[in-house]
Amino acid sequence: MKGSLRVVMVVSAALACVPLVGASNVMLNFLIVAMLAALVGQGWNILGGYGGQYSFGHAAFFGSGAYVTAILQMHYGVNAWIGFGCGIAAGAIVGGIIGFLVFRSGLKGSYFALVTLAFAEVLRIVASVAPITGAGVGTLIKLDIRLEAFQFQSRAVYYWIILFLVFVSLLIAERLEQTRFGAWLMALRENEDSARALGVDVFAVKMGATVLSAAVTAAGGCFYAQYFLFIDSSIAFGSRVSVEALLAPIVGGTGTVFGALAGALAVRSLGEVAKIVAGDAPGIDLAIYGVVLIAVVAFAPRGIVGLGATLWARLRGSEVGRLAGSGSHG
Amino acid sequence: MADPLLKVDHVSQRFGGLLAVNAASFDVAPRSITALIGPNGAGKTTLFAIIAGFQLPSEGRVHFAAEEITGVEPHLLARRGLVRTFQIVQPFATLTVRDNIAVGAHLRHRARRAALDTAEMVARQLGLEKFLDQAAGQLTVSARKRLELARALAAGPRLLLLDEVMAGLNPSEVRDLLPVIRAIRDGGTTILLIEHVMQAVMSLSDWIHVLAEGKIIASGRPEDVVGNEEVIEAYLGEGAARQYGGSRAS
Repeated sequence: MKGSLRVVMVVSAALACVPLVGASNVMLNFLIVAMLAALVGQGWNILGGYGGQYSFGHAAFFGSGAYVTAILQMHYGVNAWIGFGCGIAAGAIVGGIIGFLVFRSGLKGSYFALVTLAFAEVLRIVASVAPITGAGVGTLIKLDIRLEAFQFQSRAVYYWIILFLVFVSLLIAERLEQTRFGAWLMALRENEDSARALGVDVFAVKMGATVLSAAVTAAGGCFYAQYFLFIDSSIAFGSRVSVEALLAPIVGGTGTVFGALAGALAVRSLGEVAKIVAGDAPGIDLAIYGVVLIAVVAFAPRGIVGLGATLWARLRGSEVGRLAGSGSHG
Repeated sequence: MADPLLKVDHVSQRFGGLLAVNAASFDVAPRSITALIGPNGAGKTTLFAIIAGFQLPSEGRVHFAAEEITGVEPHLLARRGLVRTFQIVQPFATLTVRDNIAVGAHLRHRARRAALDTAEMVARQLGLEKFLDQAAGQLTVSARKRLELARALAAGPRLLLLDEVMAGLNPSEVRDLLPVIRAIRDGGTTILLIEHVMQAVMSLSDWIHVLAEGKIIASGRPEDVVGNEEVIEAYLGEGAARQYGGSRAS
């Protein structure tokens, strides 16, 4: 129970120490991108992993966060920190709208996946032509290295900020496993009719999870805009974002506290190795991701975390099935 | 007799040209075990789905605790105290038995701790305590049936609808479950059950309604219903009552 909260604290504290032991800028950049993938993936995991609603369109939330942050700063002179908050709120609102439309119509399973994909694509196309988003050119955030502008000289500061966001997302997942809302969410993932018969307001719980999920993923988008200071329609709303959002938690273990984090580190490391081995062959990392995804689905359906739990159980000589089947222990 | 807890009033259900339930009316008295029996395809499960809010009837009304509930959504009915189980058990397969039952308990308890405590208590009541940390998907049929019952019970219902909880159990498992169900009634929960296992129906029920071809054809105490000619014919075919002399077959 309290165990997983302690692990969240320890893991986050350990990761926070990395810049202090003299990691290079290349290493920090790698970790920042990996943490960003973990954050976006954890957003997906709230709805997909705990709620069983597999979205193929989390780019809709990521992009909303990124664009709102950038546009508010560049066109309306809004403070970057406030813009960041507004970006998260915008992602949550977009999540609420999409969730309302999709769940009111009772779409589930592959229909849900396809419709979320379609929403993200519509937003991508709109962003690629609308004047306010810079249309095909994209939106550039002016370089302005000041704390007030949410821009820093040191990569370590960016790293600590994204790590803090990941820490919050881990806490959210940990809370899901310890609260009524989380219990209801997992119940409807397993069986909607049973959940309804036991008093679960399936629509309301799905809506809550979607808004939460969208907000976390949007925070990733806001951070992206602040870190790279440039976004365009395919960076923000492209299907690559949606794929990476689901890749990390599926590889790491869906519906677990640490799945998205473990998966993001594993997938990103593999991507780097692939680049070293294959040189700059374009798209090689995506090809590798595909192979990894197939391997995980085929051989470790509960991901890295599930594999770890199974091995741990075997090591301790207790029943493997007991832990492997319990599903909710990170 | 006290006012009925559940009142089904001329409920009909049409599926295209098929009249699955035909103006069925019956009552369930508070603190009773009432059985709804009838041959396969009589419309029992359809009636259950209507009562529990999973299906809107073509015609008729359902009243629960003196309020009309026709068309009220299942989760709202559960909150009012009307909880059903499913004939084909639907456990939350990857969750543990403890977590499964806790979902039911959360209806009355917001706090996780309280829900888990209730889950443990209910599990003990139904003999599931040794499975508490097992995934529900790994249970035997008989344990899954009890889990289905446990989850519903943990939701603290006033009226519990049991859809064939005995089906698939062997006679000794049925015998074990009978006192459990009686204890639930004695604890103040009214029970309406659909059941094919006649041994269970006869021994448990305070009152029986017989449904055939969508209509209630007989109602009464168990000993009255089994001797009823219409009931025998509904089960065994026309002329059967004469052949078997309306005997009080057990």
